[in-house]
Amino acid sequence: MEPLLLESTGVLGFLSQPWHWAVSGTAIALILFTMTWMGRSFGVSMAFKSMCTFAGAGKKFEFFKFNVKDEYWRLAFVGGAVVGGFIAAQFLSSPDPVDISGSTIAHLKDWNIEYYLTTDEGSGLFNTFWFNFHNAGGIVLAIVGGFLVGFGSRYGDGCTSGHAISGLAHLQLPSLLAVIGFFIGGLLMTWGILPLLFG
Amino acid sequence: MRIFSFFLVGIAFGIILTKSEAISWFRIHEMFRFENFHMYGIISTAVIVGAILMYAMKKLPIKTLDGNVVSYTPMKLNVTRHIGAGVIFGLGWAITGCCPGPMFILLGHGFFFAIVLLLSAILGTFVYGVVKDKLPH
Repeated sequence: MEPLLLESTGVLGFLSQPWHWAVSGTAIALILFTMTWMGRSFGVSMAFKSMCTFAGAGKKFEFFKFNVKDEYWRLAFVGGAVVGGFIAAQFLSSPDPVDISGSTIAHLKDWNIEYYLTTDEGSGLFNTFWFNFHNAGGIVLAIVGGFLVGFGSRYGDGCTSGHAISGLAHLQLPSLLAVIGFFIGGLLMTWGILPLLFG
Repeated sequence: MRIFSFFLVGIAFGIILTKSEAISWFRIHEMFRFENFHMYGIISTAVIVGAILMYAMKKLPIKTLDGNVVSYTPMKLNVTRHIGAGVIFGLGWAITGCCPGPMFILLGHGFFFAIVLLLSAILGTFVYGVVKDKLPH
């Protein structure tokens, strides 16, 4: 893989290539910088809490009682993320599928996931083998997984953006512990639980 | 106007996370299998560059648009809570290959299935709010 080859034509062509991790990491740090400069924190998962409040959860539960107007900026931010995804998919999608490692591709084959068949749809961005509306097991898995992400990020008061990027950049010990937790949970699922279901 | 500028930063965020491929279930899966440096490279670059930028903002200082010097309100440290909550999050992250940001971004890509992830995450947040007093904090 040779990211950011200069032979591509035009700005869109240039941006459409897969980005080197160092470019991506720096760009994410610039988002953190911009949000901080604009006087706000870089955190996505709080949007879920605002949505609960928006739906009326604050009437019955203390935790959701706050002025949702103070969080409009964050809802605008996640709304922008949806539009950003749309723009990226329409105008900036890579000509090649996500270049994951050969050993991961071989391992996925053991789980009946033929990686390169995913290139038609989203070029390896989403596991449509599991997660599609025709697969009841995948829907259950998505509900369980999504629930754990929502529950865990509120319990720990932060997700990947708030803890792994923002919190660590501010050298916060609670964030380091949360990130260690992310990996304990992730490794347990990837090596312990998922192989029981698919191996 | 201010709201609109956050919308624009959100668009940039959506594009950056797409091009970084951090929204890919497959990237997250190979990260947890230690089979590629890609995600580790992204996270460590973001943290190192981010830490330098945050340090510079505090020291120079570069004030925020509100005219404040950058500060971070530390969370009360509770080892059980932060590790425990992290483990719960990590279990879900490894299943869905998605942290909260990518759920929104994938929806924009036209993966309407992401609605299932978003609604479940909102439900998880809601249940936390209901049971929170029973958990160690």
